[in-house]
Amino acid sequence: MKKTFKAVAIAGAVAATFVYGGAVQAAETIKVGVLHSLSGTMAISETTLKDTVLMMIDDINAKGGLLGKKLEAVVVDPASNWPLFAEKTRELIEKEKVDVIFGCWTSVSRKSVLPVIEELNGMLFYPVQYEGEESSRNVFYTGAAPNQQAIPAVEYLMGEEGGEAKRWVLLGTDYVYPRTTNKILRAFLNSKGVKDADIMENYTPFGHSDWQTIVADVKKFASAGLKTAVVSTINGDANVPFYKELGNQGIKAEDIPVVAFSVGEEELAGLDTKPLVGHLAAWNYFMSEESPANAAFIKKWHAFIKDEKRPTNDPMEATYIGFNMWTQAVQQAGTTSVDAVRQAMYGQKVENLTGGVAVMNTNHHLSKPVLIGEIQANGQIETVSKTDGLVVGDAWSDFIPESAKLTADWTYPWVCGNCEKPMHMSMK
Amino acid sequence: MTRTLSCILLSFFIFAATGTTVFADVASDIDKLSAKSTNVKIAAIERLVASGEPVVVAVLTAFLEGNLYARKADGKIIIGKTISGRFTVSDPLAGDDLGAVKKAALDKIRINNRLRTIVRGALGGLTLLSPDKSQRLTAARDVFKSQDIEVITLLEKAIAKETDDAVMVEFRRSLAAVQATNSEDVTVRLAAIKVLSEFTDQDVRALIASLIGREAPAETGAPENLVRTAAENALASIEARLKIWGYVASIFQGLSLGSVLLLAAMGLAITFGVMGVINMAHGEMVMLGAYTTYLVQDLFKTYLATYFDWSILIAIPAAFMVAGLFGVVIERCVIRFLYGRPLETLLATWGISLMLQQLVRSVFGPTNQEVSNPTWMSGTIEVTGGLDLTYNRIWIMVFAVLVFALVTILMKKTAFGLRMRAVTQNRAMASSMGIRTGWVDAMTFGLGSGIAGMAGVALSQIDNVSPNLGQAYIIDSFMVVVFGGVGNLWGTVVGALSLGIFNKFLEPVSGAVLAKILVLVAVILFIQKRPRGLFALKGRAVEG
Repeated sequence: MKKTFKAVAIAGAVAATFVYGGAVQAAETIKVGVLHSLSGTMAISETTLKDTVLMMIDDINAKGGLLGKKLEAVVVDPASNWPLFAEKTRELIEKEKVDVIFGCWTSVSRKSVLPVIEELNGMLFYPVQYEGEESSRNVFYTGAAPNQQAIPAVEYLMGEEGGEAKRWVLLGTDYVYPRTTNKILRAFLNSKGVKDADIMENYTPFGHSDWQTIVADVKKFASAGLKTAVVSTINGDANVPFYKELGNQGIKAEDIPVVAFSVGEEELAGLDTKPLVGHLAAWNYFMSEESPANAAFIKKWHAFIKDEKRPTNDPMEATYIGFNMWTQAVQQAGTTSVDAVRQAMYGQKVENLTGGVAVMNTNHHLSKPVLIGEIQANGQIETVSKTDGLVVGDAWSDFIPESAKLTADWTYPWVCGNCEKPMHMSMK
Repeated sequence: MTRTLSCILLSFFIFAATGTTVFADVASDIDKLSAKSTNVKIAAIERLVASGEPVVVAVLTAFLEGNLYARKADGKIIIGKTISGRFTVSDPLAGDDLGAVKKAALDKIRINNRLRTIVRGALGGLTLLSPDKSQRLTAARDVFKSQDIEVITLLEKAIAKETDDAVMVEFRRSLAAVQATNSEDVTVRLAAIKVLSEFTDQDVRALIASLIGREAPAETGAPENLVRTAAENALASIEARLKIWGYVASIFQGLSLGSVLLLAAMGLAITFGVMGVINMAHGEMVMLGAYTTYLVQDLFKTYLATYFDWSILIAIPAAFMVAGLFGVVIERCVIRFLYGRPLETLLATWGISLMLQQLVRSVFGPTNQEVSNPTWMSGTIEVTGGLDLTYNRIWIMVFAVLVFALVTILMKKTAFGLRMRAVTQNRAMASSMGIRTGWVDAMTFGLGSGIAGMAGVALSQIDNVSPNLGQAYIIDSFMVVVFGGVGNLWGTVVGALSLGIFNKFLEPVSGAVLAKILVLVAVILFIQKRPRGLFALKGRAVEG
């Protein structure tokens, strides 16, 4: 009798464990980490991307989830504090056990995350245009590399349509992205026969607000008798006072066009753009592009954020493409394991919002179209030039001698982000 | 060609008087504006201008302003405008109203910078004889830029008819520019360069520099290239004058930066300087003022659009009230318990600053809000050639002076000012004389915060209106107050202006990043030498 009781008790306990375990199985979710600053100087740009990821997750869950499981967002706030990005990444992977992270905006935050995500073999989708010169096994770069933004923009301004600029002003905020981009641009301009005397480089601190002297200097530099163009890698909050000063000092786009790489619809929202009509921006996406996919995306965004006035922008599209590629790769791999999903990512295709199809390459960068647009009086940017086909994102710039010889390719036989020779010599 | 153009322009006015006769080729050229190729568009624009049809000005203006559309259904070109909230389209040739149309049924005809330059030049030629003075001025400037040889006769005709001095100067400048670049007669070119050399501005400098670039230097033995020599001389004299004006401009920029610093710091000079509260939430008071400006402008846009230009004047007292009210509440609820404990005050106000930032972020969102400049604060005033001052900077300087004068009067001439000084100098004595010191503290803190709010109105005109606005100014404000001498308003003025000018003279030499560092280092060294700042308070007040 006693024995029977014991047996029953054990059986009961085992059954209970099973039932309980089953319940856990059904409630299990796929965790998606969102690592965007929700406070501090970058909150202005990054909050939008957090909302974009949440919108995409809602969308997938409404369709029944992924691999039969619901997606669950784990949102953390690294507060525009670069070292905190690394800590939060560790927290997301080790404590929250997320399967993928969408996050970062500034290059300095990405550089801070890099060692952690590589050590813990995580997966990060980075959705912002950047300076290149990097390819990590654990990061997918869905924003533009310099050859998908900076170089085409400068080529446009050198061409007949852009006004055949001969003199160049490179304005930037003082950190890694503008400095590297301008290094590449200077090498590119030199290769096109522009002398160093015809290039002016100027850096300002983050959040610089008094642009009187610099704008006056630009005016002076432009009055040397050659068509002058300004390339701006000014980031974040400093843009609004810069453009206000441009407008007030009456610098017209026809005389001195300013092309910006970090100014999109979101940044223009805080500005009266009437004095700025004709100044340019180079991206892979503009809200004004007419396509059914874009119209649907904007509609969904407005419904999600409950504000008809909120613009969409390029990093949002990059987040959209990255997220869709990841879900496709997970479905294809049948698991969320980082190594399996990584293999499934290569060659993954997602339709761009502006038409055409973005492709993920083995150097972890996308092939995307490049758009150059002019700012309009209503705060939108309208395309004036679009590449015919897709441009393959180049991790290592061809214009810097030491990086021109490097290759990034994470498939056999290279399996490397910065090699001169393949890691595995092919067997014959 | 020139003659045809002027004939056409004459006929233009006759046509305008007698009603339109539509030529089929004008219609087809207008249709070509929607062509994909820019070169086709340019050819069409040139033919349109040559046709001299009166509708051309309207069509090209609409093109320039982005109001030209192609109907998706049949590709017909129409002009679209939003009149009192309703989008209506009209036929460019007949001019008749085609009623309300959805924008989705239309394709906007896009224009780029290259086309804009050409259209502006063409319109400049067409409107040189316009009866409207401002239109003639723009026309003259556009012609200066396009330097189209074909407008010379027209310009000469316009000069003969012109009665207004300002327009006349512009006409002469444009004529000289066209002659200097395009004339075949060397004496005409030399005379034109001489005329140009009297002007002092960057555009003329650019024009002459490009002339020099085009003229080959004389080879040894060959006769001197007179045009090049003349241009070189002209350039030298223009540059000499520009250099002098450059210094004046630097001083202006320094004063302007100084007045911004002064506005930002003046509130702090009261809360920190007079009351001795280390107020880390000072920047957020500035931010609240800027958001009040945004709200007031938004209200004006919805209800009083016609008076929009004056919204700023309403925003100033509104910002004072809002920020002042917040200041009083903060003082009553937090700071009054912390007097004499600077460390706790610092931490508490810092916490308040974070809370206020997050409050604004939650209410208005993290993105920038649009605050636009009223028309009387936009653009530049040309003091003389070569010295352009921006209106918004001038007004901010005026505003800073006014606020400072008001605060000084309030402190020195009113009963409230007297009580305030009494309380800060000797609290116990003031209290025993029957002054409600608590109430005075609250009002003083409210006044300091209110002034910070007014500074926010000014800053909204030149900077971001975002939750982070205040953080950008807090360090600068403390620097100014400490440098100028704590507790001394005049010290704050001198401190702000000298830091502004120092910064602006340093910036071109060292770059903005280094200039900022150097200023900070200089202030630190100065404080080492004179811990009480430029103008230290003397006497018994110091000990209190």
